[in-house]
Amino acid sequence: MKARLLIATAASLLALAGCERAQTQDASARKIDAPAWAKSDGANPSYAASGFKPGDKIAWENQLRARAQAQNDYVR
Amino acid sequence: MARMKFICDAERCIECNGCVTACKAEHDVPWGVNRRRVVTLNDGVAGERSISVACMHCSDAPCMAVCPVNCFYRTDEGVVLHDKDICIGCGYCSYACPFGAPQFPSNGAFGLRGKMDKCTFCAGGPEEHGSAAENEKYGRNRLSEGKLPACAEMCSTKALLGGDGDVVADIFRSRVLQRGKGSEVWGWGTAYGKPTQGAAAPTGEVRK
Repeated sequence: MKARLLIATAASLLALAGCERAQTQDASARKIDAPAWAKSDGANPSYAASGFKPGDKIAWENQLRARAQAQNDYVR
Repeated sequence: MARMKFICDAERCIECNGCVTACKAEHDVPWGVNRRRVVTLNDGVAGERSISVACMHCSDAPCMAVCPVNCFYRTDEGVVLHDKDICIGCGYCSYACPFGAPQFPSNGAFGLRGKMDKCTFCAGGPEEHGSAAENEKYGRNRLSEGKLPACAEMCSTKALLGGDGDVVADIFRSRVLQRGKGSEVWGWGTAYGKPTQGAAAPTGEVRK
């Protein structure tokens, strides 16, 4: 009876040990973000600002520069 | 392109909370989480000043330095973002941030603290731009749509400026020159370093 109990305990401990997974975390686990101007298939193109074509870095920079200037009420 | 920056002009802010509302609405920010808020100094006293505060996307971000799981990263535009799939909600970033930017949803049982949430400069997170996953975790990605943050673009008095640091600094500089005062910007020195020339460094003095 005692031996059976010991075997059962050992077996359950062995089974639980199999559930163990690595719990360390390194920098590589972080996802890599795409550049802001990059084109994405998941994005709805109708939300893009008029005059800006996703994937065009220069157009993106010009668009943001123009929009930033819209905040300048001395040039309106 | 230079780094993206926010700057709030205390001479113009009228404490309307339009920026807070714009942010809440744009990103469906849950109850109890405020990515942006308006702080008023000497409220009710003549000469009170208000500023809109959120993540300043610091050059040397303390949140990034203290994060034990290294979930933060900085984009090419200088926007400080984080990966919610890695965040463990420990709150270290909240203690480290001088602006109180990191927020924690606490609507679960037993005072459960969820994963950190903060201003993303409307740049989403490390999910596919404009995807449902990105929208759910980080809110809308306006930057990838060729737009500036909603809070800055919606500001009625244009007190809150956001965008390319060089452009924003030029706009602010022209204002200061026009009115002859207001170069002491709160938070600017802490987040971006003290200016080497031009505008005076913030003194930290509170107006009496």
